[in-house]
Amino acid sequence: MSDENLDLSRRDALRNLGITLTLTTAGAGVVSAQDAAHVHHLVTQEKTAGPYQPKCFNPHEYATLRRLSELIMPADEHSKSAIEAGAPEFIDLLASRNDELAHIYTGGLAWLDQEIERRHGSTFLAAAPEQQTAMLDLIAYRKNESPELGPGIRFFAWVRNMVVDAYFTSKIGMDYLGFMGNGAMSHFSVPQAAIDYALKRSPLA
Amino acid sequence: MLQIIRSPKVYDVVVIGSGAGGGTAVHVLTSMGMNVALLEAGPMLHPQKDFKEHVLPYEVDHRGAGEHAELYFGRQQWGYFSAPNGYWDINGEPYTVAPGNEFRWFRSRILGGRTNHYGRISLRFSDYDFKPYSTDGLGDDWPVTYDEIAPYYDKAEEFIGVTGTKEGLRTAPDGKFLPPIAPRVHEVLVQKACQRLNIPCIPSRMAMLTKSIHGRAACHYCGQCGRGCRTASAYSSSQAQIFPAMKTGRLEVFTGAMARELVTDPNTGKVTAVNYVDKATRTDQQIRCRAVVLGASACESARLLLNSKSSRHPNGLANSSGVVGRYLTDSVGFGLSGYIPALEGLPRHNSDGIGGMHVYIPWWLFDKKDKEFPRGYHVEIGGGFHMPQLGSFHGVCRKHEGYGQVLKEAVLKGYGCTVGFAGRGEMIPNEHSYCEIDPDRVDAYGIPVLRFHFRWSEHEIRQARHMRETFTQIIETMGGRVLGLANPERESEGISTGGTIIHEAGTIRMGDDPRKSALNKYSQTHDVRNLFVADAAPFVSQPDKNVTLSIIAFSWRMSEHLAEEMRKGNV
Repeated sequence: MSDENLDLSRRDALRNLGITLTLTTAGAGVVSAQDAAHVHHLVTQEKTAGPYQPKCFNPHEYATLRRLSELIMPADEHSKSAIEAGAPEFIDLLASRNDELAHIYTGGLAWLDQEIERRHGSTFLAAAPEQQTAMLDLIAYRKNESPELGPGIRFFAWVRNMVVDAYFTSKIGMDYLGFMGNGAMSHFSVPQAAIDYALKRSPLA
Repeated sequence: MLQIIRSPKVYDVVVIGSGAGGGTAVHVLTSMGMNVALLEAGPMLHPQKDFKEHVLPYEVDHRGAGEHAELYFGRQQWGYFSAPNGYWDINGEPYTVAPGNEFRWFRSRILGGRTNHYGRISLRFSDYDFKPYSTDGLGDDWPVTYDEIAPYYDKAEEFIGVTGTKEGLRTAPDGKFLPPIAPRVHEVLVQKACQRLNIPCIPSRMAMLTKSIHGRAACHYCGQCGRGCRTASAYSSSQAQIFPAMKTGRLEVFTGAMARELVTDPNTGKVTAVNYVDKATRTDQQIRCRAVVLGASACESARLLLNSKSSRHPNGLANSSGVVGRYLTDSVGFGLSGYIPALEGLPRHNSDGIGGMHVYIPWWLFDKKDKEFPRGYHVEIGGGFHMPQLGSFHGVCRKHEGYGQVLKEAVLKGYGCTVGFAGRGEMIPNEHSYCEIDPDRVDAYGIPVLRFHFRWSEHEIRQARHMRETFTQIIETMGGRVLGLANPERESEGISTGGTIIHEAGTIRMGDDPRKSALNKYSQTHDVRNLFVADAAPFVSQPDKNVTLSIIAFSWRMSEHLAEEMRKGNV
């Protein structure tokens, strides 16, 4: 079987994962989730080598997108923000490969600057944090739909969907949610404590 | 004159299509010593390369959106991570839908066909499913009884491996099961709710190996069966049947081979060869044989017969009855999701298990006399801590709106709290639902394409309404609230779009009367002795049990019959 699309280190790791699987079918519990994690770790390492160079947006647009990303999915005491989760480069990369998407973003970012300039006399990036959030409070809700805000509301829905997508499909976002799957187990079982927890909170107890 | 390149070799059997029906035919025929050629319109499958098992979204730079962000513009046909084996639209291979009708045709073009990714729900038809007309006066009875096919259900289950438990329910006959798999937390809640409502909810019957059999490794419970399984721990015809058959030396596989027509001898009326297009070179090839098995999928097999016209068969081959293409059915589909607050804050754990449900609801009102619709449905259940994907939380974004910490926490709070219910019900064949050759259109190979006609009747619409009421009741009994349609892109307000449940059947139906059916009870055509059908086309009705296990059982029986008849010199 040809594996030319996979690099050597990952291929070896996957092979090891396969071996672990066949050797431990008689064992108990989670056996090789660590191996799976090892594979993922290797790939992540390769991807994060060196700072990302935007392929679609100009430096001002990209900086604005970074600011929007952290406003939409900020850091807190449990996890980092959408910037660390790779949202700006995810959006830039896709926009560089799809003109329709690029136009949605370049148009939307320009609209945002024009609109906030009119209100506060500065670009979105240069505006004070309260001015930035006041602007988002207008365009983050469909109830504010008006001829004036319509383009911003539609643009923000795009950014929000894609930042949330990028956030929760990243390792940071998955850890925040507590996703524990994608492993390899010799046996499947469900913790009784989890069943009891849900039953007790339901009307079925 | 058109140059057709003829194979020097004459095969015992040419099998057209490599899914559940074709794969089973290949397995049984080669194991009985036949020399078989298998035609597949798509490429060879390479599981290690083609299956994206265990890949997390962030390991791919586009995270699953597709190289050109197709997902965000509704142009991605099937999830990026899914096995590369099927499409709603195929470049160069169109079909048409008659004005005023709605139908979508999902086709696969790869070795193994749809079995590389399908849901693997494996349900036996019940005794009464073979007697629909005798039961309620609608449709027609099958020429086969449950007792006749039961030994082949045994063989199918023992070979592919099906989880389950013996329940003694008439609506869900017991089989030869592998150990069941423990219910997930939300499934325990569904079971308890169903208990209150007097609805059965039993361990699911799925073609995943909870135990190693026939040299295939036991499941490793990553829940990603839909991506294709590199260890072949979920049944696919490619890995479980065709690859092993290739090793016998009695099977030759022709990929990129699109069947154009069946060639018959004008004197004997028997099929002597299959003409196909080699897609890579766009040259016409001919492969000679002593018998042909069609397993191209219900509609594609019908298309091939209708396109195989000759002076002796002016309406298409094996179609003296005129039924080929008629009686097209799909399952009735309706899905509803519920939000279950009891699951908020649920202690985290790995809930992957086998891909799909661990428990399901078989039909439970067979004996109820005053129903508003005939026949019944089963219910498939979804939920758990799924791997986050692009789009997983668009619903939260749309509903919650806003941004920042509150949105982040709203996603966290709702993660794993959605439970989905999908009804799969029986459609009664009707005169408005069929496929035929479109006289105005050919595909990129010059082969005339299918035109679809499809209409639900009141029977199905009332059934879908009953599904909505039932699912609402279950969700509310769990203390949840109804969110809305589970599959809005494939379901309208009341019922699925025809074809989108991907259970097409009935287009080359079997029966005892050659004037009203195309096949005898062994799926052998009445008109042509050495021509057989192995997919869901022979099925006289569309019981509320997904067709794949029955395709395997019927193909197995058909293949044994074919080999036996050939040995006796009757084919």
